[in-house]
Amino acid sequence: MFGLNPKDTRFLLIVIALTLLTPILLNPFPTESGLAQFNAGYPALMQRFAIYGLMAIGFNILFGLTGYLSFGHAAFLGVGSYAAVWMFKLLSMNVIPAIIASTLVAGVFALAIGYVSLRRSGIYFSILTLAFAEMCYRMAYSVLTPITNGETGLQLTLNDPRILDGGEAITSLPVPGLFGLQMTSYSTLNIAGWSFTFSVGYYFCAVVAILGFYLSLRIFRSPFGMTLRAIKSNQQRLNYTGMNSRPYTLAAFVISGMYAGLAGGLLAAMDPLAGAERMQWTASGEVVLMTIVGGVGTLMGPVLGAGFIKYCENIFSKINEGVLHGWFGFLPDGLEDLVVWIFARFVGEGWHLTLGVMFMLIVTFLPGGLVEGGRRIAARYRNRGKSDAAKQPAE
Amino acid sequence: MDAIILQFFNGLEKGSAYALIALGLTLIFGTLGVVNFAHGALFMIGAFCAVTLSRVFSISYVTEDPTQTDFLGKPLQVQTPYLESWFGPDVGGWMLDYSVPLAILLTIPVMLFVGWAMERGLIKHFYKRPHADQILVTFGLAIVLQEVVKYFFGANPIQTPAPSEYLGTVNIGAIFGMEIFYPVWRMVYFLFSAVVIGAVFAFLQFTTFGMVVRAGMADRETVGLLGIDIDKRFTLMFGIAASVAGLAGVMYAPILSPNYHMGMDFLVLSFVVVVVGGMGSLPGAVLAGFLLGLLQSIASMNEIKAIIPGIDQIIIYLVAIVILLTRPRGLMGRRGVMED
Amino acid sequence: MGILEVKGVNKRFGGLQALGNVNLSVQENTVHAIIGPNGAGKSTLLNCLVGKLIPDSGSVMFDGKSVLGRKPYEINQMGISRVFQTPEIFADLSVIENVMIPCFARRDGSFRLHAIETVEREKDIIEQAERMLADVKMLDKRHAHAGSLSRGDKRRLEMAMCLVQEPKLLLLDEPTAGMARADTNNTIDLLKEIKAKRDITMAIIEHDMHVVFSLAERITVLAQGTPLIEDTPDNIKGHPKVREAYLGEAQV
Repeated sequence: MFGLNPKDTRFLLIVIALTLLTPILLNPFPTESGLAQFNAGYPALMQRFAIYGLMAIGFNILFGLTGYLSFGHAAFLGVGSYAAVWMFKLLSMNVIPAIIASTLVAGVFALAIGYVSLRRSGIYFSILTLAFAEMCYRMAYSVLTPITNGETGLQLTLNDPRILDGGEAITSLPVPGLFGLQMTSYSTLNIAGWSFTFSVGYYFCAVVAILGFYLSLRIFRSPFGMTLRAIKSNQQRLNYTGMNSRPYTLAAFVISGMYAGLAGGLLAAMDPLAGAERMQWTASGEVVLMTIVGGVGTLMGPVLGAGFIKYCENIFSKINEGVLHGWFGFLPDGLEDLVVWIFARFVGEGWHLTLGVMFMLIVTFLPGGLVEGGRRIAARYRNRGKSDAAKQPAE
Repeated sequence: MDAIILQFFNGLEKGSAYALIALGLTLIFGTLGVVNFAHGALFMIGAFCAVTLSRVFSISYVTEDPTQTDFLGKPLQVQTPYLESWFGPDVGGWMLDYSVPLAILLTIPVMLFVGWAMERGLIKHFYKRPHADQILVTFGLAIVLQEVVKYFFGANPIQTPAPSEYLGTVNIGAIFGMEIFYPVWRMVYFLFSAVVIGAVFAFLQFTTFGMVVRAGMADRETVGLLGIDIDKRFTLMFGIAASVAGLAGVMYAPILSPNYHMGMDFLVLSFVVVVVGGMGSLPGAVLAGFLLGLLQSIASMNEIKAIIPGIDQIIIYLVAIVILLTRPRGLMGRRGVMED
Repeated sequence: MGILEVKGVNKRFGGLQALGNVNLSVQENTVHAIIGPNGAGKSTLLNCLVGKLIPDSGSVMFDGKSVLGRKPYEINQMGISRVFQTPEIFADLSVIENVMIPCFARRDGSFRLHAIETVEREKDIIEQAERMLADVKMLDKRHAHAGSLSRGDKRRLEMAMCLVQEPKLLLLDEPTAGMARADTNNTIDLLKEIKAKRDITMAIIEHDMHVVFSLAERITVLAQGTPLIEDTPDNIKGHPKVREAYLGEAQV
């Protein structure tokens, strides 16, 4: 099915099911329980999972397959956001033209930047992308203010033309929508103590992300994907085998840039404003973190990484010392204070520290990220099962 | 004309900071072959050494002065730094005033230790791993270091003034018969960095240690075969590179109030400087540092900005891109460094 | 007219004349060895043939077309495949994928954005790769990770990757350098097998006399960047000029 072998089809179906059930799966705790603060099933956060997951999927096509480490992908995200907001301002509040425009504009940028940057490889490529991204960021803040609205960021106003929407006079700022369905609308389902929120915005992002995931699955399994892996493995051999690696890497760069642009467009579709800080190089670094933490070069890894980091960012950062005292109240006083003090360094404001430490540990000991970790655990269980099975007949 | 001279001096000061950071970065790269994304964090730690010392110096005890009263009529509480009570108000006050330059004495051992710990604890396991892994792990380390600093010093920039004697401006135009006022401390910074750069070069040029390290930079394997324990020297080299970054930071504290993310801000620039100069080339890093500093200052002149708007923001990156594409090895890079 | 015609090629590196007026003609369906002592210019010559170096003067014609100034991938597309001194394979890919890449290169040219259809649907390519692997007796290892193969198997795999393209000319750069005697003999046998099964033109750059005399039909001796003599192995054996080049007997 879907042009895939049965194993990949099953995998895809599981991913689709998980994505569609996310509002339920991420709200495992009843609203009134003390653990409700770990619920992540609220629209704003779930949208981020889908959007940054999409961006990481795209980044992985470049870094995971070809090994070219770009530190400039945030520029494409930012460009995509600006393009989408401009579409909202000029054309229509419908999200479809907006995300198409953001993908295409980011693609053009990626083509130009990639064409130049890919003339070099290794660290030089990384620095070139970094330099281009910083240039975009600084220009967005300075000369390009008429387009980007500088530090304030690009926003909707009441007197935007919006040609397709009829240009009627309005009294409040419009909301992006999909043929009349507003992105911000949602319905809440209450069952017993649980409460689940199903929002249009999340499901729109989810569908786009699933399509993006499906496309990346096809790319991974295609001859093109295989060639990209060959580039990472041994570029010299590939050139002596009659393939020109440059257009392959450029195609991968443009595709991954378009994913980033699409993600930027979705960010704007959920919240129609665009600021230059989205383009800073540390934002590019965040995508790198997501991809590595999840598992670079694996299909699911980047999505897991994006989800994991966004979850920590939003949930870990809410835990403060009061909450910790609540958890460790059963310990003797002195010990409780000590434990709380230690944990407090890594949560709340300090969650970036957790992220940095975790990232270093993963790069050092688990280059395959969370996916590799899961595989190792699974393999250990399976082996144990096997050795148990092997023992029994002997007894 | 005055404006050009003023910008020239501005460029020298900026350039000396770039050159110092880039020097350490390229030293680590040239000797150990490691791409260190945590180098900016070392610069930041240096700056916070100045903050730490000035805070330690101003630790005070409180006494009540019965001869004076505050607005509530209670005896006035007077804070006296321990320093003043130990060394007398003259020496103590002087030390307090000079805490930034004095912090150099603190910075060197601290940075040597940090460099040693980093190399032995982390970097050494990454010599044989791909450059991408080195970038990633040091990027992680940079995040950790800046978060630790943020925990101890908070997120806001901390003003760290230069000694009061150096607070004012000096007329640097006097020799040209003009009046161009320039902050004294920036002149001091420029001279200081010239001394540090000179010291590093002299060290590498005239000591046996430096000779071995330079030989190792050229051909690590052969030097290893000669029975010289190159690794131990390279560890120390990492400490020295960290110290150079730290020194660049500690003296920069009065110019830019230290904040926890200043390392990341300087990192990109210093990488650009290193690549423009040529990866692994020490003179290249210094040359490129000053060159880019000057270019940036000149580009931020109003006359230039009027012709090409926004050029001051992007000139450095533009130059870097052009140089990388036309002279892949940078201005003074050697053949075969990271060419694949 | 040979399939490969090298005429008057010169190459200098600074003050060193690496190649001086090299003329060479490789005939179709022969195994032509280029031998010579260290520093004779064998590698420089090879690099000029595959597009890594461009000679200062002279011409290199392959199959009637000039190869000078072309990129390695273009030269490969003209029909020259190359075996490296140490086997160059895609270590992170599986064995069969290693062989499929050159098949794609042959069928689709130097670039094709072939990103949607899965590899599994490419039945022809898979079959072609499997047949090739069967030829070099590696079919049972087709799903193994290429990086985990033994050195001998890596060499076989690399040969398979080159042969599956059915090159008009196979260039071998010291295929047995640094090998133990047994491995060298295995490689010789492999090459003989290949030669027996199909019509193929091979140019071997080699240092090891044993390899050369077991395989070659024509031999060119290179010394100090210039061809000394070209003849059949029997005539080369014991030729005074060759002994002179190798042993420096002139001084005795």
